[in-house]
Amino acid sequence: MSDMLRIARQFIEALPHSRDLGMTVEDIAPGVAVISMPFDDRLVGDPDTGVISGGAVSALMDTCCGAAVIAHPDNGGATATLDLRIDYMRGATPGQAITTRAECYHVTRSVAFVRATAWDDDRDNPVASATGAFTVEARP
Amino acid sequence: MKRPEPVQVIKQRRDAALHALVDHVPYIKYLGLTFDRRGDELTGVLPFDEKLIGNPMLPALHGGVTAAFLEVTAIITLSWSYLWEDIESGALEFDARADVALPRLPKTVDFSVDYLRSGLPRDAYARARINRAGRRYASVHVEGWQDNRDKLFAQATGHFVMPQRR
Repeated sequence: MSDMLRIARQFIEALPHSRDLGMTVEDIAPGVAVISMPFDDRLVGDPDTGVISGGAVSALMDTCCGAAVIAHPDNGGATATLDLRIDYMRGATPGQAITTRAECYHVTRSVAFVRATAWDDDRDNPVASATGAFTVEARP
Repeated sequence: MKRPEPVQVIKQRRDAALHALVDHVPYIKYLGLTFDRRGDELTGVLPFDEKLIGNPMLPALHGGVTAAFLEVTAIITLSWSYLWEDIESGALEFDARADVALPRLPKTVDFSVDYLRSGLPRDAYARARINRAGRRYASVHVEGWQDNRDKLFAQATGHFVMPQRR
């Protein structure tokens, strides 16, 4: 568990874009990842409200879903996104970090199916949810 | 017959409007995204940058960057088409000296990205097509490519809530 956490952390830290956005791996388990991203003025998409751009939320969702696939015991290596759909339920509150939990709920020999939820300080009221399909590599 | 406006006047007005729309969004600046305009047609241009890399082994653009690039292109194209008539008629004047209340941007309801091939470490382009723009909702399709216009590296469809006129 702690070994897997360490490997996943290293994986995220090796992704230049995720590192640039300050993403942190909060938790990792087989097929599950929790990653947070601090609020940053550079990521504001709506200057009228100060709400973070949907694009930055996409980057967090994609990273977290990919991490869940890598943490799945049936996946042999890296992964790539095949398709990702994001539903935006509300704007994230300005100034608050966003946290995502992704779960890889089914894996075949070639595809991993993932769903994820994102929230800010108000955990009961999600900001966005996502579903995606990712590539799977054979175990070495 | 009324004489057509000089071409510089038209270009200046359209470019000022486009700048007003794009320049005040911090995230667009962060990505380094710009828009190329030919008449009313916009092309999003994303110059390559190391910080946009996802997998450093390949290397490939981060899937989140691809999604963000297509989504921002959809939003700006949608906003641009919504404002076009007012820009042309002069009802909306974007002058550096004037204090114009900038129009609100459409809000994304959902966005679905289809990753067709990995994004290479070089410049990327995107163009959006508005399939339907009603008073309240819009549906937009976006295509992204790099070296070859016919070889898309990603495409996406999204639904948006339109801003209420103020």
